[in-house]
Amino acid sequence: MYLARVIGRVVATTKYAGLEAVPLQWIQPLDETGADMGAALVAAAVVSTGPGDLVHFVDGREGALACPETFVPVDAAIVGFVEEAAVLGREIGWEER
Amino acid sequence: MFLADVVGTVVSPVQIAVLEREKLLLLRPVTPDGRATGKTRIGIDRAQAGLGDRVLVIDEGNSARQMLGCPEGALKTVVVGVVDYVELGGSLSYDHRERRPLEELGA
Repeated sequence: MYLARVIGRVVATTKYAGLEAVPLQWIQPLDETGADMGAALVAAAVVSTGPGDLVHFVDGREGALACPETFVPVDAAIVGFVEEAAVLGREIGWEER
Repeated sequence: MFLADVVGTVVSPVQIAVLEREKLLLLRPVTPDGRATGKTRIGIDRAQAGLGDRVLVIDEGNSARQMLGCPEGALKTVVVGVVDYVELGGSLSYDHRERRPLEELGA
């Protein structure tokens, strides 16, 4: 699992059967300093989140397992809303809010 | 499996059911000699680890599901051990008994 910030939404009217009810969102993975880590990606938002939120996501086959229908083509899923991520007592990830 | 330093904690009040009541740690993977490497991850703590500990991490779904007894859970990264010491080329490259100042973990 990785820490990430939601940076936008992706809307696709036509989706694979089973994914109709799952919103897609752009997320930017973050490192332990709160800085961008690698490229942004699209993830299935299994937990309701919106742009600006700090989240954690799981990648690989587990992304699909997090979805309501588990045999779907998904390789990243937002599995939690992060209220606080602290490194050595210092909060990270909220600088841009 | 790989080694990582516990550099922080993550609090998530809204998450998928299998993760509820699990302690989440921010993990920075390290090389055998202790240098940071790879991507920072979030892991489920199953070893009573804490800030500053060097830990053993497994980042693979089937093992994680087996550990947590949840065959269909979207689980992947689990802290499975706290490292006492690491021996590399005949000498200790990490020793848990030498209390490292937390600042050394500074991001």
